[in-house]
Amino acid sequence: MTLRWLAVVPFVAILFGTPLVNKVEPIVLGMPLVLAWLSAWLPLSALIMGLIYLRDPANRNKQS
Amino acid sequence: MNTSLTVISLFSLLALGLGLRARSGRRMTLEQWTVGGRGFGTILVFLLMAGEIYTTFTLLGGSGFAYGKGAAVYYILMYCTLAYIYSYWLLPPIWRFAKQHKILSQPEFFRKKYDSRTLSVLVSVVGITASIPYLALQLKGLGIIVQVASYGTVSATPAVCLGVLLLAVYVVVSGVHGSVWTAVVKDISVLGIAVFLGIYLPIHHYGGFGEMFRAIDQAKPGFLIFTSSGTSFTWFQTTVLLTATGFFMWPFSFTSIFTAKSEQAFRRNAVTLPIYQLILLFVFFVGFAAILKVPGLKGGEIDLALFKLSVQAFDPWFVGVIGGVGVLTALVPGSLLLISTSTSIANDLYRGAINTRATDATVNRIARLLVPVVALLSAYFALNGGGALVSLLLMGYSLVTQLFPGLLVSLFEIRRLNTAGVISGIVVAEVAVVSATLTHSTIATIFPSLPPAVRDINFGFAALIINVLVASAVSFATQSRARSVSSS
Repeated sequence: MTLRWLAVVPFVAILFGTPLVNKVEPIVLGMPLVLAWLSAWLPLSALIMGLIYLRDPANRNKQS
Repeated sequence: MNTSLTVISLFSLLALGLGLRARSGRRMTLEQWTVGGRGFGTILVFLLMAGEIYTTFTLLGGSGFAYGKGAAVYYILMYCTLAYIYSYWLLPPIWRFAKQHKILSQPEFFRKKYDSRTLSVLVSVVGITASIPYLALQLKGLGIIVQVASYGTVSATPAVCLGVLLLAVYVVVSGVHGSVWTAVVKDISVLGIAVFLGIYLPIHHYGGFGEMFRAIDQAKPGFLIFTSSGTSFTWFQTTVLLTATGFFMWPFSFTSIFTAKSEQAFRRNAVTLPIYQLILLFVFFVGFAAILKVPGLKGGEIDLALFKLSVQAFDPWFVGVIGGVGVLTALVPGSLLLISTSTSIANDLYRGAINTRATDATVNRIARLLVPVVALLSAYFALNGGGALVSLLLMGYSLVTQLFPGLLVSLFEIRRLNTAGVISGIVVAEVAVVSATLTHSTIATIFPSLPPAVRDINFGFAALIINVLVASAVSFATQSRARSVSSS
C-alpha cells in the first residue's frame, strides 16, 4: 500500500505550497489566486482519498 | 408577530417535533441515549460529523471572519480537510476499541487504554472546561440570529432561554437520536441557503465574483492575501496544524464516532467530507460581499455581517428562513455538546471517581438530570460572558488538542509514552495555555524581539510541542516503556 503516501500531498501543498501562490491576480474561477489554490485542494483531497479507498483491501468484500 | 418571526418559530417547532419523534418507541438505555446503540450508518455518521463544521459559529463567525480579517478566514477551510484526510486511519481503531469495551465517552476511552482513573478524570475535566464555552457560544449565536432576523421584536435574552428549553427537552427525551434527525433537516437547509446567498449576494451587489474580489482588493490592498506579519504564513501553518490536530479531540467528536455501526463509515466519509467543505466557501463569499456594502462593523459586531447584509437585500419571510436555518445550526452541535458533557460528568466524574459501582441505569438517570443543569449554566455564560467567550473558545481548541499525543500513542502496539508521562504532558501544557489566555500573552508579547516567522506561532501549537517534550521526558525518566496491555 504505497498509494497511501499520496495522502501527504495535500498537507505539503496546503502548508508549504501556499506561499508560492500568495497573490490576488490572476483571478481564477472568480477567486483570488491564493483562495482558488486552497479551494482546489478540497476536491483534490477527495480524489486522493477516493483512490486510497478503492485500493485499500480493508474495503473489499465487506459491504455494510 | 411578524412574518420572519413566524418562519423562525416554525423551524424551531419542526426541530422539536423531529427531536421528540426520533425516540419512536425505543427503550432509552444509556447506550441508546449517548451513542445511538452504535447503530448509525454511513450517512447519519456523515451528518453528525459534518454537523460539527456547520455550526452557528461557522455561519456567523465564518462570514464575520471573512468580513473582518480577510485572508485569515482561509484556515477554516483547510484544517477540517486535513483532519478528514487523517481520519481515514485514526477513527477506525478508536471505534473498534470503543465497541469492544462498550465505551461511552472520551475519558472512559483513556481510562480503558491506560488503566488509570486519574487520567480519565483529568481528560474529563479538560473536556468539560472546553465544552461549556463552546455550548455557550452556540446559544449566544442563536440569540443574535433570532434578534436580528426578527427585526428586534424578540431580544437575545428570551431567545436564548427558549432555545435552551427546546434543546434540553429533546435531548432529555431522545438523546443522540434527536440530534441526528435535526441534523438531516439542518444540513439540507444550510446547504441550500449558503449556496444561494454565496452566489446571489456577490452577483447582485457587484455583478460577479471576480468583480467583487477586485473591488475589495482595491479598497483594502493586502486584505485577501497573507501578510508578512500578523496573518502570516507562520500563523496560518501553526493554526491549521493545531486545529487539525485538535479536530477530533472534542468530547462530542468521540460521541459521534461511537454512534457508527461499522468502521467502514469513517473511511467512506474521509472521501466525501472534504468535498462537502466547499459549502464553507459560499459562507465566506457572503462575508466578503458585506465588506463594502455594510462597512463599519467593529469588534464582536463582525459576526452580524451575514444578517445585516441579508436584512438589506431580502423580504422578511426570507430573512425568517435564514434565521430558522441559523437556529438549527445552533441546535445540532448544541445537543451533541449537551449529551457528551452530561455523560462525561455522570460516567467519568461520578462513576469514575465517586461511586465506582453505579449501574448503567443510574448513570443514565444522572446524565439526563444533568442536561438542564449544564444547559442553564451555558445559557448563563451566553448571556453574561461578553466578549470573553470567543477567547474562551479559542482556548478550548488549545485545551482539547493537548489530549492528542496521549490518544495517538495509545493506538499503537508498543506504547512510547507511559501514563505518568501522558498526565504530566497534559497538565504542563494546559497550565501554559490557561495562563497565557488569562494574561493575554502570545509568543509575540513574551518574546517581542523574535522575527515574525517565529513570533506568529500559535500559542496552542507551542504548548503542544511542550506537551510532547514533557511527556517523553517523564516517560523516559520513569523508564517503563511498558508494552500495551489493553490494545486490541
